Amino acid sequence: MMGDTITMQRGRLFLLLPLLLLALVARPGAAAAQAASAGQLHYPPIPAQRIPQPERVVLDNGMVVMLLEDHELPLVEATALVHAGSRLDPAEKTGLGDLTADVMRSGGTAKLSSDQLDDFLEGKAARIDAQTTDDYGRISMSSLKADFPQVLSVFADVLRHPAFAENRLAVAKNQAMAGVARQNDDPQDIIFREFKRVAYGKESPYGRTPTFASLGSIKRADLVAWHQSHFHPDRIVLGLVGDFKRDEALKLVRAAFGDWPRGPGGKDADVPYRTTPAPGVYYVEKNDVTQSNIVMGGLGVVRNSPEYYALEVVNQVLSGSFASRLFGIRSQKGLAYTVFGQVGSEWDHPGLIFLYISTKTQTTGASIDALLEEARRMTSAPPTEEEVAKGKQALLNSFIFQADSKRKILSHQLTYEFFGYPLDWLTRYRAGVEAVTAAQVRAAAAKYLHPEQFAIVVVGPAKGTDKPLSAYGTVTPIDVTIARPTPGRQ
Amino acid sequence: MIRKLLASALLLAALPAAGQDLKSFEAKTTVHVLKNGWTFILVERPEAPVFSFYTVADVGSAQEVPGITGLAHMFEHMAFKGTQSIGTTNYAEEKKAIDAQEAAYQAYQAARLAPKADPKRVEELFKTFKAREAETEKYVVKNEFDDIVTREGGVGLNAFTSADETGFFYSLPANKTELFAFLESERFYRPVFREFYRERDVVFEERRQRTESTPIGRMVEQFVSTSFMAHPYHHPTIGYASDLQSFTLTDAESFFRANYAPANLVTAVVGDIHTQEIIPILERYFGRIPARPKPQPLRTIEPPQVAEKTVVIEDPAQPFYLEAYHKPASTDPDQAVYEAIDDILSSGHTSRFYRTLVRDQKLAVQVQSFSGFPGQKYPNLWAVLAVPAVGVTNEKVQTVLHAEIARLQKEDVSDEELGRFKTRAKARLVRSLGDNEGIASQLAEYQRLYGDWRELFRETDRLDRVSKADIRRVASQALQKSNRTVTMITTAKGGADAPQGR
Repeated sequence: MMGDTITMQRGRLFLLLPLLLLALVARPGAAAAQAASAGQLHYPPIPAQRIPQPERVVLDNGMVVMLLEDHELPLVEATALVHAGSRLDPAEKTGLGDLTADVMRSGGTAKLSSDQLDDFLEGKAARIDAQTTDDYGRISMSSLKADFPQVLSVFADVLRHPAFAENRLAVAKNQAMAGVARQNDDPQDIIFREFKRVAYGKESPYGRTPTFASLGSIKRADLVAWHQSHFHPDRIVLGLVGDFKRDEALKLVRAAFGDWPRGPGGKDADVPYRTTPAPGVYYVEKNDVTQSNIVMGGLGVVRNSPEYYALEVVNQVLSGSFASRLFGIRSQKGLAYTVFGQVGSEWDHPGLIFLYISTKTQTTGASIDALLEEARRMTSAPPTEEEVAKGKQALLNSFIFQADSKRKILSHQLTYEFFGYPLDWLTRYRAGVEAVTAAQVRAAAAKYLHPEQFAIVVVGPAKGTDKPLSAYGTVTPIDVTIARPTPGRQ
Repeated sequence: MIRKLLASALLLAALPAAGQDLKSFEAKTTVHVLKNGWTFILVERPEAPVFSFYTVADVGSAQEVPGITGLAHMFEHMAFKGTQSIGTTNYAEEKKAIDAQEAAYQAYQAARLAPKADPKRVEELFKTFKAREAETEKYVVKNEFDDIVTREGGVGLNAFTSADETGFFYSLPANKTELFAFLESERFYRPVFREFYRERDVVFEERRQRTESTPIGRMVEQFVSTSFMAHPYHHPTIGYASDLQSFTLTDAESFFRANYAPANLVTAVVGDIHTQEIIPILERYFGRIPARPKPQPLRTIEPPQVAEKTVVIEDPAQPFYLEAYHKPASTDPDQAVYEAIDDILSSGHTSRFYRTLVRDQKLAVQVQSFSGFPGQKYPNLWAVLAVPAVGVTNEKVQTVLHAEIARLQKEDVSDEELGRFKTRAKARLVRSLGDNEGIASQLAEYQRLYGDWRELFRETDRLDRVSKADIRRVASQALQKSNRTVTMITTAKGGADAPQGR
């Protein structure tokens, strides 16, 4: 094979010579022959990268504004993170945060009716999007540069003066109800929903999902009240990135938000969740599929945990790439197409530890065994020096992609600010990973991966498995029957 | 006020966005075609010290025939298994073991598929095959290809297969252009189909996961095979279950040889690269691959549909409604008209489907139309997918949907609708140029489909020329009952407990 190559190159030498010379001049030391293996390659040092820092301004009303100019494209994006996550939903009105964000955007403002708002934005190819996650509300806008002043002003109205048109609330409820009706159609929807419920506990807002009854009980007044209690400038971090001049953008932001009075202050109630493991097997019968979906695990860590960087390496060894340990269940055992897992973390509450696989019904037991075995092996055959070195190398070499666009940089900074993390968290991350030792990685793996404490959730056919689920602990059946709406809800 | 705002929006949008027009893009873009025919598109975009590449092979499941369905996708998986120099401890010995494994598999397969199969003999031959398979594993360095990419800081390593094409991509730090050239040329120069039959099991799991275990997966398989009776768009890209248990390593090698000629490949590289430095590297690595003839074009053309076809799937899941009409290949001049129809009917909250079906009548919670399914290269489909609201039947949705289509045939669309479509198309182009991955994939795709990446930028001009008359003409010609295939899921009795009676 090498023979082929040399002949081919010789045949083209004349043509190539000037180009090769150019390359040699430009990159001293670069070999002209091709490498026979990746190990033979030598890389020039990566150019030093200066990570541009957004500017941070605090308005008099407490709103934190972060700005980063990016003149590559004639676009401007703004994102408001609001302390209005669905974890603040009253239990009997689960889904309220979601509906509020949806209808803030779709239901018009004090100045524009819902249809006028749609016409205005779409006529300018601009967007305003509103979503709610567990932890925050996220309202964002994107516009062409020329439209930025006008769209920002409308964006501010959406945040400050939403009209919550009844008809759009009806549409939003209709959509949310369809989501409830369809929540058992796809096994992956079921498994992650039920796993979260088991891990955080049924009573925890992190384990709750909307029902026909909770959605049915939500009225326009509830949305108005939600908005009034959570949408205050001192509960918002606003980020701007794009083709603007800092002074002008800040002036527009002050004009749009400066006279918004500060909220009453005070701390949100603590969000409860279960703190003990929930070992055992939890089973959802689903017979219209040819696979079992399996998740096992429990609660993970908060991101500011001292073990966080070691766990990043643990995750890399366990499931960080196609070359990681869990992936062997796919590539060497052929048991699955999808298999992954992690010791998860969230910014201000524990994330989830989980191992996931979907496999044909007949290999359900073999796959549970394989996941349990990999979890055990993280302690019994702990990450080797080589695995740790490789994991760190991967994290450090790819670090540059955390900051390869100004949009990404701003989005990171916004998150740090919102959750009260130091703004140099990204730089700390790099240093943190660099400092991790193999001993720390092993200790972290041993501390967090306890398969005997795992909750094992299985969704799949009742018949045709290779092993009874009772082999893995007490089986608790989960009834996922969807409760009908109360009569007369409409 | 709104009308005035709209007018000014249209005016502004008509001005080209500085720096994003074809001319300025041409200045930083170079096309380099190797002697073996492999086309490279190189874009210097030094925003950050990284680059992305996107390789697209002009081969998909449409190049398969019955018996080997799923093989285009199988090669995509094999492209992660390494080469003669990656993923092996001793290629010479490994090759012997793989050949012995294949001979054993062929013997097993012949016995298994024989008209009067002898179960005992089949079982024996299967055991022999498994023993030979185990022999091959001694030489495997597990997932070395992925391991190298990950260790060197590669991100977004993945690939896909469609009816038309197979794509491969990831991003690397800027100092690793030579690694890219080494790995990506190796992959198509001397791939080794190691762990073939195990990976075939993985692909079968992918079929179970995507197609068999979700309602949309089950529906789309029926939809595509019903829509096309002759053209190979008929069969599923993932492959039929029987073929996923039958195609062989020998089949895969001949499929690869026939379809992965360098001239059938386009790679776009975008980011912090220096064109004059990277070209010799490309020559050195990708130039190793001998030229081979491009595969023959497909012969079969889907005959005109003569009658409406309807598939009703009784399924435990909630209802879905999907209808589709045959249309020309996406390189046809009328493609722009279909894009306009999509936009006006289903894009955003100003669209007709949203306003009638979702906002006013509340029959559906989501309606989306799309064209270019299941591929773009050959005549394909324009389709509408509707998600009915709780307790609403597919038939109710269908009636309103057809009324909207009839309106498109009878009346001109409004100035606002047409203007919005054109404004959005321009903004969409600008928004799509903000990251290396997105730029690389688009340039490679346009190069593959049109033979010229510049068509990405010319598309806005094509969309700009769409007239009201065009929309009425195309809607009247194509969106006819006899050209329609309807596929729906109706909830079977004993299915999920959904409330009825709205």
